[in-house]
This record gives sequence, C-alpha cells and structure tokens, in this order.
Amino acid sequence: MSLLEIENLALDIGGTPILKGIDLRIEAGEVMGLVGESGSGKSMTALSIMKLLPEFASLSGRIGFGGSDLVNASEEDMCALRGDDIGMVFQEPMTALNPLKTIGEQVAEGIRLHTGANRTDAEAKARAMLDRVGLPFEKFALTRYPHELSGGQRQRVVIAIACALKPKLLIADEPTTALDVVLQAQILELLRELVHENRMGLLLISHDLAVVTEMADRITILRGGEVMETGDTAQTLSTQLHPYTRQLAQASLHVPERGKRVSASSTAERSPLSRDKAPLLSVQNITKDYPGRRTSLFEKPQPFRAVDNVSFTLGEGRSVALVGRSGCGKSTLARMILALEKPTSGSVAFRGAVLTGRNEAALRPARRDMQVVFQDPYGSFNPRRTVEWLVAEPLHLLDNNPGKAERRELVKHTLHEVGLQPSDMQKYPHEFSGGQRQRISIARAIITRPKLVIADEPVSALDVSIRAQVLDLFAELNQKLGIAYIFITHDLTVARAITDEVMVMHEGRIVETGKTQEVLSHPQSDAARMLVEAAPDLHRALAKRMQEQG
Amino acid sequence: MTAYLLRRVVSGLVTLVVASIVVFSVLEVIPGDPARLMLGMNATDDAVQALRVQMGLDQGFLVRYFHWTGGLLTFDFGKSYTYSVPVGELIAERITVSLPLALIALALSTAIAIPVGVFAAARRGKPADTISMAISQVGVAIPNFWFALLLVYVFAVWLRVVPAGGFPGWEAGIGPSLKALVLPAIALALPQAAILARVSRSALIEVLGEDFIRTARAKGLSREAALWRHALRNAMLPVLTILGLQFAFLLAGTVIIENVFYLPGLGRLVVQAINQRDLIVVESVVMLLVASVILINLLVDMAYAVVDPRLRTRS
Repeated sequence: MSLLEIENLALDIGGTPILKGIDLRIEAGEVMGLVGESGSGKSMTALSIMKLLPEFASLSGRIGFGGSDLVNASEEDMCALRGDDIGMVFQEPMTALNPLKTIGEQVAEGIRLHTGANRTDAEAKARAMLDRVGLPFEKFALTRYPHELSGGQRQRVVIAIACALKPKLLIADEPTTALDVVLQAQILELLRELVHENRMGLLLISHDLAVVTEMADRITILRGGEVMETGDTAQTLSTQLHPYTRQLAQASLHVPERGKRVSASSTAERSPLSRDKAPLLSVQNITKDYPGRRTSLFEKPQPFRAVDNVSFTLGEGRSVALVGRSGCGKSTLARMILALEKPTSGSVAFRGAVLTGRNEAALRPARRDMQVVFQDPYGSFNPRRTVEWLVAEPLHLLDNNPGKAERRELVKHTLHEVGLQPSDMQKYPHEFSGGQRQRISIARAIITRPKLVIADEPVSALDVSIRAQVLDLFAELNQKLGIAYIFITHDLTVARAITDEVMVMHEGRIVETGKTQEVLSHPQSDAARMLVEAAPDLHRALAKRMQEQG
Repeated sequence: MTAYLLRRVVSGLVTLVVASIVVFSVLEVIPGDPARLMLGMNATDDAVQALRVQMGLDQGFLVRYFHWTGGLLTFDFGKSYTYSVPVGELIAERITVSLPLALIALALSTAIAIPVGVFAAARRGKPADTISMAISQVGVAIPNFWFALLLVYVFAVWLRVVPAGGFPGWEAGIGPSLKALVLPAIALALPQAAILARVSRSALIEVLGEDFIRTARAKGLSREAALWRHALRNAMLPVLTILGLQFAFLLAGTVIIENVFYLPGLGRLVVQAINQRDLIVVESVVMLLVASVILINLLVDMAYAVVDPRLRTRS
C-alpha cells in the first residue's frame, strides 16, 4: 500500500471545477514533484490533502492515507493528522510565522498539541528540531522572534514546525520560490536530508522544472486541474512524450533568438571610431549608506552600507545582467541609477550628463530616456485606470506634449509592439493575465522610446511559458529599438538568456564582471561561483539523474 | 524598548507644552478683555481693573504664561471666579465622579465588545455574524442619551433597583455611589461597545486571512484554537488604538449623560464654566484633559510594545 493514494480527486469551489479526476501516489521515502503553471491546481491539490480548503469547496474521490480516506475524514480527525502525520511548508516564509510569538513557542506548540508533552519536554524537542534544521542554539535561542530572522532562516523554522513530529508525509508548496538561489539550494538540501532520515514521503510543488528534477524521484505534471503525465522524473523529462511536458521543458530552457545586429554593432562600438563617444550610462564610485539600527541610546548607530563604491559603464544597445543574492544591493543601485534615491557619494552620468544632485526639472530628459519595469505585474498599476491612461502616463515627459489623438495613436502603436491589441486600451489591469500585465508595463516603459530600460526581476513572477514569451519580447525590442537593458535578477537562466554581460554583486560591491557566457561557465569570484553552483539547471539535473540510474 | 518609550514620553511632553501655549494664547486672542468678559457689560471700570490685577492681566504675556504653567506644575490652578474656590478643589471633586464613571464604562464596553467581535468573526458570513453586526449597527446609530432614558425608565422607574439620577458622594459609601453610576456607565458603554465590537471583528477577520493562521492550522490547531492562540493577540493592535480614543472621550465627552443623570462630573463643570465665562476653570480643565489624553496615548503605546515584540527591538 502506498503512503498516499489519491484517486479520481475532484474539487469544486462555489460551482467552479478546480481539480478534475487527479490520481497521485506517493510511497514512503519518495519525493514526488508536482509541476504546473499558475492556476493548474497544484496548491489546491496540497490543500485538499490537508483539507484546509476555502469555504464552499466540495471534494470528491478518494485520498487514501494510513488506511483511511481523508475525503470523508472528520475535522477532528484531520486536526489530529495535520502537523503530526502530515506536515506542510509554504511559499512565503516572511508571513508564515506569527510575528507575536517566539520561534520556540511556535515549534513547541504542535509538539505539545499532539503528544501532550509538558512545556519543558516540548521545548527540548523544539530545540533539537531547530538545531536539526540549521538554527543552532547559540545564535537562535527559542526566545527569538520571527522578525529577527531572515527569510531563509524563517523558512527553516517553518520546516522545523512541519517536521517536528517526523511526519509520514511532508507537503512543500513552492518552499523556495521566495528565496534566492543560494538559500534555495540550502533549503532543498535540508528537505532531501529530512526525507532520507525519516523515510518521509515528500510532495514537492514547484513551477520550476529544474528544481523538481533535482529533487523528485517521480513527477506529476498538472494543467487546468488535470494530470497530463506522471512517471519517473528522468524518463518523463528526457523522453518528453507528452506534448505539454515538452512544451514546459522547452519553455524553461528557452533562450530568445537575438540577432547579430546588436552584438555586431556592440563590437563596432568597441572600435576606435566610437571610443571617444560618451557611454550611455556611467556610474562613478557610487556608495549608499542607510542609517543603521540603534543598539544603544547614546551611541550613534553604525550606518549600513548597501552599495559600496560601485563603478561601471554601459554602452548603447547593450544588455547587462546585475546578479546577486537577495540583499546584496542590486535594487538600491538600480534606484540610484534611476535617480529615485540619492547616493551618499559618487555620481551617475547618463548620455554624458551628470544626474546626481539635479532637481526634477533637470532630470526630465533622463527620466524620458530611462525607464523601469518592476517585478510584480499585479502591484505596479493603479487598478482604477484604463490601459490607455497607464501606458500614456510617461508621455508628459516629452518636450512637446502630444495631443489626445496623437497620444492614442502612440499607445496603440506601442501596444502593438508588445503584442497586445488596440482594443485592450479601454480595459483595466485586472482584465489581464500576469504575462499580459508585464507586457503592459513594458509598453509603459518603451512609449517614450527610452535608451535604457532597467528591469527588476521582470520575469520571476511569471510562469515558464509566459516568461519565455516576455524574454522574447525583451530581445526583440532590444534589436528593433536598440534599447539597452540592465536586468536585475538572482536567476542565472534569465541572465544567460538575454544578456551580453554580467555583473556579479556581493555585499554592496561588484565582485566580477565579464561576458555572460564566460562568467556563468567559469566564474572566478567566490560569490559568482556560489551563485552558479546553487542555480538549478535542468540539463545538469537531468544528466545527473540519468547517470545515477545508469 | 527604553528608547521607544523615552521617545514617546518626550513627544508627549512636547505636545503638552504646545497645548499649553495654544490654550493660553486663545485667551489673548479672544476679543475684548477677559476681565470684562467675566464681569459682563454692566461692570464698572474699577471693578474690571481690580479683577485684571487679581487675575494678573496687568503683567506681560510671558510672565503670565510662566506664572500659569508654574501653577499647573504645582497643581495650583488658580481660583474660580464664579465659585470663589480654588479650581484644583473643584476639579478634584468632579474627577471622583468622572474617572470612575469612565473606567466602569470602558471596562463594560471592552467586556461586551471583544467577545461579540470574536463571536462574529468566528462565524463570518453566518446568520449569527449578520445578526450581531446588525445589533451593533443599531448600537452605533442610536445616541447614548436615548439609551440612558430607556435605562432610567426600565431600571429606575419601573423596576426601582437603582436611583434615576444624582450622586450621593463617595462619603455615603461605595455601594450607593456605584449604584448611582451603573446606569450612566451602561448608557455610555453601549454605543462604545458597538463600535469596538465592529473594530474587533474586522481586525480579527483580517488576521484570520494571514499566512501564519494557515501555518497554525497545518500544525493541527482547530479553527477555534488558531483564532484564540494566534489571531486574537494580533488583532488587538487596532483595538487598543480605539480603546485609547474611547477612554479620552469618556473622560470629557460625557456631558449629556451627566445631565441626564444629574451627575456632578467634569463635563458639566466645563459647560457651566463656559456659560459663566469662568475662563480659569475652562483653561484648567482643558489642560487636564490634554494631559490625560497624552497619558492615555502613552499607555496605549506601552501596551503596543507589550503586545508586539517588533516594537521592542526596533528603534
């Protein structure tokens, strides 16, 4: 008998079918990868097993676990199972813990609830578990609060809560999506060890094929609430028999076609002819200090140096990746380039003109020629404005303001360039999918025909197939309009796909610069090597699996 | 923590000084002579002049301001013109009615509101939630003096368990005094409780949607256990803010209820003083209220720090 046997599971919420006849089996000690794009029903499958579904949800079929059928289990029985035999880890570590309770209380709570242990015993057990997940007592006392911990550390606490009672089944719903690659590798390793030690079954939910390939023995591919394909990970992904599996695999390996024009002209730029021309962007010894945390009432707090003496130049039409772990100063640097933040020292020059210390009026031409695309396509629009208004907004930066008809024409043209319809102009942001919204932000960024677009994790919130399309769009615009890019990302596949050069940032400094291919295949600095080694890679993971299986 | 509290204390003191300047300056700005204002239009010039000297109005602005604030610091508020007794005594007498009344009303309001808020939030969207929120809507809409009249009719006129009004004074014993305060406290508490219940409910519902509640449920906590152990304390922050505001209101804004029940409280003292142009009394009571509001806010800030560990380490 398998540990978990899901048969013909159907779920509908308020009359809308969410899951349609899911079959899924997990054996003890096995890692099952559940892959699919957003809305495919991955998380709902997990919440169905936990029976933590929203109101008005109705479940049918069978979820066999430990000899009983969870579909018909009472709430009381489920409370006894949750946290004891089935543990769960969630995506967002920053909000997954109660901010008002110590980590010790939160880990011990489940232990006390299920075993009836007294406080001292439960705390001893919680202590042992926190030690196990890599939070040693010297630095992470039980009395610490979640806000004193980083995202990766908080995720370890969540894992400690989920695994405290050695569950038979652990469900991990995108456990590393909110973390940078180095932390991701550490957390995945921890999960792998825990599975091994306790012969746990692990249901690992992810949109990232590379992560799943590294971790999972078997894989189930979900789409629109239905299982497309299920089977041995290496076999499924190497044969790619199912068309949707092939589509997913190709999308996650997608590298946009980038014509020779840009790279040819960029080598031309290096020729003596254009050497005396000022670079598009020149950053000189830029530094940013933030006021530090006050440790004593009377001492002045030590400032925190977010960006430390960074200098680089960027030529026209070039595409550069700024990579680094979370908190390394990437976004602060970008904000200073965009003149949204004042550097503590150093200067930024754009098209030969110094921006640092200028007032808004003097910055207008630079604002027009330098635009930005943010990570979250949901949060970066005013929901009460039409697409026409949103896309036309930067037009006020133009010297001669276009009239109404001309604006409309410009918006229409720009929407066409990013692959949207003229009829989309009158719609509101909520009427679009995530990928379409990212197209709208790109349209808003390019309507003033900028020379430089800074994109802060522009595809990390998108599904693989959408992400491939958006990367294609960036590549196409680079070629057609000669826009230079700075891509801020911790995802090396993005850097590999679309940039000429890479700058690796670590603790506020740029520690390595070079051609993308070279840096990513032969990293020199420790920081770059750490990123490259930690980054999940589908090819590498697949090759490793094939090798292990002979 | 100490830095956090110290900052709050300092900002409270600054507010107090600013308030004293504003309150004092208003006297200067009011058209006409305060002494004449107090004595009325028919007073003789000599009488006015005598009063001016008595009030110290013949001295410069700064001298009078420091004299006044110096007096406030030593609880010497000056002498009421109409009552001819020290203002301190007047206030002390009234506060023995107003403060217990406010405290009882606040305790009642909290004791009613939080259980109702929890009850409704736990049954969100169910009939029990709809009904309790409909009742609280009525409670918010109906003015407290109407409740007061209803209570007087039922408990004093009909059932005759408590007096309809008046205050025997604490020297008459705790029992009779409390009896006199029960109905006004209920009348004050009900509308406050209605507001507070709605705030508690919506704060709780918001917290119940947070990720950490899901974590708690995944740990094996029942819906109720997650609410009591994880949601409630998180929902207390907005509730504390409203509680602070309500206490400040209850201390000073009870004049209508005091009138209905014929209670000698601070509210009536101020209204009478305003009517009789007894500006010294008005000034003093206003300063007292400002100080108590600042003190209450300080207490609320301290309560925040007790509830929320993030405030203890930040800053």
